[in-house]
Amino acid sequence: MKARISISIALALLVFCAGYAALFIAPDEATMHLIQRIFYFHVPLWTAMTVVLSIACFSNIAWLVSRRPMWDLLGASSAEVGVLCCTGGLITGMLWGKPVWGIWWTWDPRLTSTFILWLLYISYLLLRELIEDPHRRATLSAVFGIFAYLDLPIVLLATTLWPRGQHPQPVLFGGPKSINHTMLSVFFLCMVSIVLVMILILADRYRLEKLRFEADELRVEIESREMDAQSAPPTRGIVGRGMAHE
Amino acid sequence: MNGLRAAFTLFAKECRLEFRTRELLTATVVFSLIIIVFFNFAFDPTPAEARRFGPGLLWIAFFFAGSLMVNPSFAREQTNDTLDALRMAPVPSFAVLAAKILANLVFLSIAEAILVPVFSLFYNVSLVGILGRLALVLFLGTVGLVTTGTVFSAISAHARMRELLLPVLLLPFLTPLLIAAVSTTISLFGEAHELDRTWMIFLIGFDVVFLTTSWLLSDFLAEG
Amino acid sequence: MASAAAPSVAKPGLGIRFERIERRFGALIALRSLSLEIAPGEFVALLGHNGAGKTTLLRITAQLMRPSRGAVTFFAESTDQQVPFRDVKGRTGLVGHSLLLYDELSAEENLTLFAKLYALENVPARVASALQACGLSSRATSQVRTFSRGMRQRLAIARALLHSPSLLLLDEPAAGLDRQGLEWLGATLKRLRGDGCTVIMSTHARNESLELATRAIVLAGGRLQQDTGAGGDLRQLLESMRAEA
Repeated sequence: MKARISISIALALLVFCAGYAALFIAPDEATMHLIQRIFYFHVPLWTAMTVVLSIACFSNIAWLVSRRPMWDLLGASSAEVGVLCCTGGLITGMLWGKPVWGIWWTWDPRLTSTFILWLLYISYLLLRELIEDPHRRATLSAVFGIFAYLDLPIVLLATTLWPRGQHPQPVLFGGPKSINHTMLSVFFLCMVSIVLVMILILADRYRLEKLRFEADELRVEIESREMDAQSAPPTRGIVGRGMAHE
Repeated sequence: MNGLRAAFTLFAKECRLEFRTRELLTATVVFSLIIIVFFNFAFDPTPAEARRFGPGLLWIAFFFAGSLMVNPSFAREQTNDTLDALRMAPVPSFAVLAAKILANLVFLSIAEAILVPVFSLFYNVSLVGILGRLALVLFLGTVGLVTTGTVFSAISAHARMRELLLPVLLLPFLTPLLIAAVSTTISLFGEAHELDRTWMIFLIGFDVVFLTTSWLLSDFLAEG
Repeated sequence: MASAAAPSVAKPGLGIRFERIERRFGALIALRSLSLEIAPGEFVALLGHNGAGKTTLLRITAQLMRPSRGAVTFFAESTDQQVPFRDVKGRTGLVGHSLLLYDELSAEENLTLFAKLYALENVPARVASALQACGLSSRATSQVRTFSRGMRQRLAIARALLHSPSLLLLDEPAAGLDRQGLEWLGATLKRLRGDGCTVIMSTHARNESLELATRAIVLAGGRLQQDTGAGGDLRQLLESMRAEA
């Protein structure tokens, strides 16, 4: 418990420093000025999303191989957190885009793929919602999760190859051409802090799911013992081969 | 039983079932036809526009109709729990899946074979000289569509609201396939009538990746 | 009715061991910590009220679902000779709650399909004799959806027996059968018992085929409540259950 609180406080401080650095310490960028600072959050969110969704895919595979409930819980939690990072990435992307190009949205590879990813993992969560049997839910969503994850690089590739003569193609990713030393340091600080925060959120989410799962197990166990106590004691019939229980 | 023979036996069964009722085929063709006709009313295209947007229209029609068409693959097996009977038989689970993928491929291809000439007729888009290559592109795109569609049908068969869930799962997933198929078809319909190599490789790659993944995960699908 | 031309039991019956089987469906526990051993060739009557877990146990035995906990193993003759799951699959027959047949295919087409999937030899002859045995030869080419309840059930049983299983699982097989069908079922089960096939039949106490059983097991609330054991006296148990019902 204490460790959790200390870690949370430490990370909060780290994020505060990163935010401060991004807003005030990093030098002003030549063309985009203030709005460019979103880059310090946008790219790390994208990275965090990739990390978290990779954990999701790994959990899906681990569930199919081992059938241990923790992998199912981790898979679901990381998909949720992944959607969170994705949403953050989309919003920061749009906020960056508006002042720079004058429009809220463009179909450039990064934004487009992020949006499709978002749809994919929302549908993963929807699938989980709509299957009632827990065992089936875990297996089938794991299969879908693996498919979804394999689709990510394919989606990115397709949107990159896709010719889009009509739309502006700003370089959203990569930031300024010549990376200033300070900018680089601030960038890494932000990267580390945001990825760590997302992992902390994931850990918390997973913990919540695990507690819920354990509470369910306990409740079912209690109910079953109550039922046993209520029903008539088992009649000792003619017991031969085979082991009668209790 | 040998997997290949089992797959063919089951494929024959799927075809026999469908051709007896022809419900699926009819519905798919009619639905695609409606989309093609709506295009006219929604956009009132000039011949040049029809040629330009035609590929997109065709593929949208096939993707939407296709995503509805694959739903009964596994939903049908829930009447009388025939899927249980198949699961108990000593056949590899991929044989069951492959048979359905192949059957869906045949059905959707038949629908496409009907709709492409109709489209050509309605919008005065000439297919002379490109028919063979168009068939190839249609084939590759359809394989990708029915492979993942059939797998997702198996997944959503056990979920509530499965008729709505299946397109929701499938269509975002197939976005890269749509992009590839439309881009290839556009370059085919264009002035030079050429097949874009990059996109063709992409299409083949997509099909191979997801056919392989389906094969690897078929046991888990069957377990559901 | 005529006996089948095919060998009655391809290989000797299978034995099954259940070790602390548990099966959950979310909050519902269908089977709790069930341990049981069934020897090859036993004819087990599985009894109990609705919801006792009989169907779940049969489905786990048929390998249609895995237990949430515990292990199932199959063996031939003695428990040392374990038979792999894959081999057991082709030797198991199931007559379930559902029909397990395609409505839009004919009786002949249905049986031919499964005969091919089980890699049987001389398929047309096997199918013809199976149809004759269950009395459906005259309706061989009619679609199953035109069949009456009794005819469907007969075909379902014929389908389960087609590949001469060493392990036959029956979930209330008498349901819907008419007098003639019941006679055929009884005669068939008697023959199978004689050939050494392991049979597990879940049924109500009033079923006449229970006369053939060598052992009775009663489930209640997912647990094993009573077990007469092999060679135990079933009559007392059955009579008490019939009195209850």
